[in-house]
Amino acid sequence: MPEEKQNPDFIPRLISPREFFAEGNRGCQGCGEALAIRQFLKAAGPDTIVCSATGCVEIISSPYPETAWRIPWIHVAFENAAAVASGVEAGIKILKKHGRYHDRKINVIALAGDGGTADIGIQAFSGALERRHNFTYICTDNEAYMNTGIQRSSATPYGASTTTSPAGKESIGQTTPKKDMPMIAAAHDIPYVATCCPSYPMDLLAKAARAFNTEGPAYLHVLSPCPTGWRHESHLTIEIGRLAVETGVFPLYEIIDGKLKMSVVMKKRKPVSEYIKHQGRFRHLRPDEIEEIQKNVDEKYERLLHRAELDQSLEN
Amino acid sequence: MGTRTGMEVSAAISEAVKLARAEIIAAYPITPQTHIVEELARMVADGELYAEFIMVESEHSAMSACVGAAAVGARSFTATAAQGLALMHEMLYIASGLRLPIVMVVVNRAMSAPISIWGDHSDIMAERDSGWIQLFAETGQEAFDLTIQAFKIAEDQRVSLPVVVNIDGFTLSHVIEPLVVESQEDVDKFLPPFKPVIQLDPDKPITIGAVGFPELYTEIKKQQNVALVESYKVIIEVWKQFREQFGREYHPIETYRSEDAEILIHIAGSTAGTARVAVDMLREKGEKVGLIRTRLWRPYPFGDIRKTVAKAKAIAAVDRCLSFGGPGGPMCSELKAALYNLDQRPFIAGFIAGLGGRDIMIEDFFTIVEETKRLLEEGQEDEYRMIGVRE
Ligand SMILES: Cc1ncc(C[n+]2csc(CCOP(=O)(O)OP(=O)(O)O)c2C)c(N)n1
Ligand code: SF4
Ligand SMILES: [Mg+2]
Repeated sequence: MPEEKQNPDFIPRLISPREFFAEGNRGCQGCGEALAIRQFLKAAGPDTIVCSATGCVEIISSPYPETAWRIPWIHVAFENAAAVASGVEAGIKILKKHGRYHDRKINVIALAGDGGTADIGIQAFSGALERRHNFTYICTDNEAYMNTGIQRSSATPYGASTTTSPAGKESIGQTTPKKDMPMIAAAHDIPYVATCCPSYPMDLLAKAARAFNTEGPAYLHVLSPCPTGWRHESHLTIEIGRLAVETGVFPLYEIIDGKLKMSVVMKKRKPVSEYIKHQGRFRHLRPDEIEEIQKNVDEKYERLLHRAELDQSLEN
Repeated sequence: MGTRTGMEVSAAISEAVKLARAEIIAAYPITPQTHIVEELARMVADGELYAEFIMVESEHSAMSACVGAAAVGARSFTATAAQGLALMHEMLYIASGLRLPIVMVVVNRAMSAPISIWGDHSDIMAERDSGWIQLFAETGQEAFDLTIQAFKIAEDQRVSLPVVVNIDGFTLSHVIEPLVVESQEDVDKFLPPFKPVIQLDPDKPITIGAVGFPELYTEIKKQQNVALVESYKVIIEVWKQFREQFGREYHPIETYRSEDAEILIHIAGSTAGTARVAVDMLREKGEKVGLIRTRLWRPYPFGDIRKTVAKAKAIAAVDRCLSFGGPGGPMCSELKAALYNLDQRPFIAGFIAGLGGRDIMIEDFFTIVEETKRLLEEGQEDEYRMIGVRE
């Protein structure tokens, strides 16, 4: 494109060059969670407090006395990132009223993995959304408990082999479908819900910015490929995230004030097998089993498109 | 100037929290704590207390929210009991480990099962080693005073640790007592605004709650213990200031007619009131009986205890908590541990009483003293006995 030639610094001008999540953190090579954090912090900027749940992120970023965080950060426990963020948000609110804190906008972020969100943390998560705290909850979803050694979570997809849902003679691996956290978040009638993936950085940055600027609770569900847990080559992280979207396994959408809008509609979706074939966690699947997964993905995707159409028609 | 008035003790505690200008209250209802948080909710709703009340969905989240709020520098308060305290268990260690000066009132209640809403000390005893400063109140006035003092002790930069004030469920929380409610002006003079040691602040980004590897964990825990042990000095200092300003005196161990006593009854909490009457009645009969009451439970006042009991022949240590399969009640064990290495030490008889709201009557103390005398003469038969059990 001619425009690109004229502006070789086009992308750097759009994205802040400042890094708030330090290089040299202890994440595995190709860690999708680390990449997601790096990206959304660029949208957040320095006036941000992150409340992390226990999990890979906390481990790779805070081996005392080192830290990867260039913004104020607190880790408390596994199941309570949303409750800690509630206290941070309410604390800042009252301190501002008393003239005892900076009188500028501070982004409060609760950050947790799929386990810390969909399983053990779902109560605190639901409570904080329901109470309408002004914060953003970000779930970095790598579809299992990676920190403790790749155990299944309720966000592990059907058919994936993990250490506690191992594929074997009598089992396909995970026998249940993935819990739909973005829709559970949306059921709280919060003003903003979005799905994103670091393979689409501009989309993720825009959604993060929108979440931070939302009055009230916002939820970002970030699919974060994990080479270690998904057993794919570490240079394929971006590619696999793209394939998740291109196959319709992980659709990108926003729900703004209750109305669903697709961020991108994949008219011709790639077959799910394209996504699955790179990942060791699915290696055991037979063609007929992949076919079953394909059917479920198609059905869900069509339903989502229907809802988006309906919601958008109500808009007009 | 304070105002002398009659008031439900729960309301007095809420009043103390208001006078302390708490900024965050995060709580979840549980009997018999409810009156405290209901009253605080009313105060916030009526604009009497300018705080954020976070109506959390569980006690685990209550303590988590207090942790978050204290970490940004807001004065934070919660109250709970029994099952709620147990649900907080994980967070209690984190609050103290992160050195966050949160104040909590525990309205002591028995642990389920069988479920019981009534008072004993088994809830807090399970949290004995959680790293909190722990105090026990006997009266409404004391509950009011300790709550205000708790903020000052917790927030002292030499301490920076959470504090729990224990009050007995129902027998203290739900009774109306005469007490002095101090004025806002006087409380403000006593308790300055909270200046946190560490704070989540974008201008000075810090990391709180990092991973502690084996090379450092032990040192960090030692530091925490030193802070807790040395908080003793600050507690004494705060009590001295409190006496100078408000005229009421506080000590780690309260004594009653203990000077020349041969037998000392030891207890914590509101039951001391009954014990005092029993002591008077026994004294009238010529028995040399006295009372000691532990107010400061953590850090444990070893020196005070040793001094107080030095001249006694025997201690009747009464616990409202049963350590299953263990040597007796936790307070009795602590007494024994504190005195064991002394050359001369009183005989200690352990008693468990007042479980799950069972009243400890004056007659029960007569039995306890009789038993102690007998055991002193005949020697110890077993580790402890339970009082008032219907066989
Ligand atoms: C109460 C409690 N239970 C269990 C654990 C052990 N644990 C720590 S992190 C973790 C899994 C984290 O999984 P997830 O939230 O998906 O984050 P990830 O590591 O995958 O990024 C588990 C089981 C814990 N720390 N606390
Ligand atoms: S195990 Fe996965 S999520 Fe955890 S650090 Fe490694 S790549 Fe990242
Ligand atoms: Mg995970």
